[in-house]
Amino acid sequence: MRNLIALVLLCVPFAGWADDWEDRLVFNESAEGPRLRVISSTDTVLFAPVIEGFVEENPFVSIEYLVSGTADINRRVRAMPEAFDVIISSAMDLQLKLANDGYALPIDDVPVPHWAQWHHSLFAFTSEPATIVINRTAFEGQPIPQTRQGLIEALRKRPEEFRGKVGTYDVRQSGLGYLFATQDARASETYWRLMEVMGGLDVRLYCCSGDMINDLADGSILVAYNVLGSYAAVRTEGKDALEVVLPSDFQTIMMRTAMVSKSTPEPKAAETLLRYIVAERSVADEETNPLPLLRLSDGDNGRETIGLDPALLTFLDGLKRTRFLSAWEDAVIQ
Amino acid sequence: MTTSPTVSGSLRNRLVLTLIGGAAVLAVLLFLTVRSYAAKVAQQGQDDILGASVSSILDAAALRNGELEVDIPYAAFSMLSTPSDDRVFYAIYQDGEFLSGYEDLSLADGPIDGRWAFQTGLVRGERIRQVSASRTLVGLGRQTEIEVALGQTQDALSDTLDQISRNAAYLGIGFFLLTAALSFWVTTTTIGQLNKLTNSVTRRGPQDLSPFKKPVPKEMAPLVMSLNSLMGRLDQSLSQSEDFIAEAAHRVRTPLATVRSYAEATLHRVEREDNREALKAMVRAIDESSRAAGQLLDHAMITFRADHLEREEIDLVVLIRDLVQRLIPIAEMKELTLSLTGEPSVPYSGDPILIQNAVRNMIDNAMKYAPSDSTVEVMIIAHPEPQIQVRDAGPGFPPDEIDTLTRRFERGQNAAGTIGSGLGLTIAQDVATAHGGSLILKNRSKGGACVILSL
Repeated sequence: MRNLIALVLLCVPFAGWADDWEDRLVFNESAEGPRLRVISSTDTVLFAPVIEGFVEENPFVSIEYLVSGTADINRRVRAMPEAFDVIISSAMDLQLKLANDGYALPIDDVPVPHWAQWHHSLFAFTSEPATIVINRTAFEGQPIPQTRQGLIEALRKRPEEFRGKVGTYDVRQSGLGYLFATQDARASETYWRLMEVMGGLDVRLYCCSGDMINDLADGSILVAYNVLGSYAAVRTEGKDALEVVLPSDFQTIMMRTAMVSKSTPEPKAAETLLRYIVAERSVADEETNPLPLLRLSDGDNGRETIGLDPALLTFLDGLKRTRFLSAWEDAVIQ
Repeated sequence: MTTSPTVSGSLRNRLVLTLIGGAAVLAVLLFLTVRSYAAKVAQQGQDDILGASVSSILDAAALRNGELEVDIPYAAFSMLSTPSDDRVFYAIYQDGEFLSGYEDLSLADGPIDGRWAFQTGLVRGERIRQVSASRTLVGLGRQTEIEVALGQTQDALSDTLDQISRNAAYLGIGFFLLTAALSFWVTTTTIGQLNKLTNSVTRRGPQDLSPFKKPVPKEMAPLVMSLNSLMGRLDQSLSQSEDFIAEAAHRVRTPLATVRSYAEATLHRVEREDNREALKAMVRAIDESSRAAGQLLDHAMITFRADHLEREEIDLVVLIRDLVQRLIPIAEMKELTLSLTGEPSVPYSGDPILIQNAVRNMIDNAMKYAPSDSTVEVMIIAHPEPQIQVRDAGPGFPPDEIDTLTRRFERGQNAAGTIGSGLGLTIAQDVATAHGGSLILKNRSKGGACVILSL
């Protein structure tokens, strides 16, 4: 009973139990073969090239692509593991916990480096940094901050200009936001000071990167912290107003991961898709594919990329999460 | 004639089998020992990490305003990362009530070993190693006990064990192969000593009964000692019997000569024809007996000289010519011609007395069987090896007995009515053997026998 309450608490964002998806698209609908249900946190527009490439190679398979938030994906998969064949999410910690809890089907001999897979069941296929995205109009004639410290100073210098115009993830709702926040907090105390400053400026909290970038583009907010680099990169094309900053003090790099559900009714087709996604990521041309490749060199991968290891379970512990969220609320909601 | 000994089993096979069997047992033992030791060490390693991890979680527990807070350190789970990505389960209980983590992971009910209790069990269908530990917190008049269970699957451990097992197996097999090769070598070397002794026994000449002097391993000394003592006794009894024969022959010969002279003297005085015939027969019989006694003496002498062969440089032609000249009167008495042909000079290193004796026996033999008015030819050849051939125009050897005639006291079927002991050719053969040569008996195509003494 207590466990259930904890579970519900863990998945605060209520998208509701009904099938109200952020997006839902069926590829190759007329195919006679199996239909794979892919639940993903990646926007359809970003992932469509991959799926289209797959159904071209496997015309008998149709794919229902369902998009939802990372925390919601975690909740839905735990509630109905047999309803999904492939699970793709950017929240590495939630994905690792799913795999650790036995929701993933182990697949042998998937050609990925050891650090990009866990327990032969969870496979990373992109590496994407958390970035600061800035609307250039706010910094006309002034240097654009390149570090968190620089951002803090810029915000403190002109508090009235930025009041109500800074945004970041609501870590209570977003699984990815929670992952970035906990990793930032591990890396540096600067994170807490930045949160306090942003909290003092009536920070606006978002569930997803997409909404944040939309508001940035139309000027509703001027600075967004911990936005997924890939989403921002897609937007900057054509919209010169946005500047994507990779913080130079330290970076938090997330790897998008995929797994096959253990209770999938179509294990073979699901495995084929997973292999395609992973292989596609390793060879695809970055020009044509909006998702950034896995950084294959082990060297610069070292500290910045969040490791796929059991330590990711730490901040998902109920007690730890409660503690972290209360500290975060103390800083942000004033 | 050699009789084959009764063979029961093989010393070599028994040695090899025992050694290889022992090596196999040792190799298996080695494998099992290494494996179980490695398993213990690997398990100890996992236990140590689990223990450290659970300690760090317990250390992070604190009572704040009467509420229990457990701030799990990032390192607590980070240190559980393994090359095989083992799954991790944990559960936190407060005063026996579940607080956080995996509810299906219960506390270990095994004996608390110091601070930690370890156990192996099944969680979610996976075999896990689990540690449980507890800590009592006191704060603001309240006392509470926090218990933490931490479990980890054993994929990395079994991978390590597999690898170690494989290496241990290679080690065992290597050890076995090495030992097997070694045992083959050891066995061969050991048996080789026996073979060496066997060879040196086999290589000995028929008369060689001297003791073995070559060094042998300690274990074989008793065998060689009894062999030597056996041969000593054999040698002694052999020489005793030779001495006895020689002595007997000598003692018989002198009285025989006396009897013969009496018989001859009586023959001259007796006038009645039938009495004369009886006396003549008597003289012939006495001749035969004394000849046999003489040959027995010769044979004993030859056996002795052959055992201690003393070679000197001689010319065979000179030696044989001397002999032939001495025998010519006897040949003439029998109306036979004795001819000597061949090389003018054949130098040879040997015992002249033995050779003369052998050739005399050969010529005697030929003259006995040669018909009147025929020639007995003696021929000396130098190449390819020194040979002395004696030919006669007699009836030749019976073809089916040609191989057995050189045995002692063996006489041809056609020898009836001819004086002889059957020792003549045996003596010639012994002399040939003592000089490293052979005696060949042949029948001539034109009729008659041919005896070849090849040296």
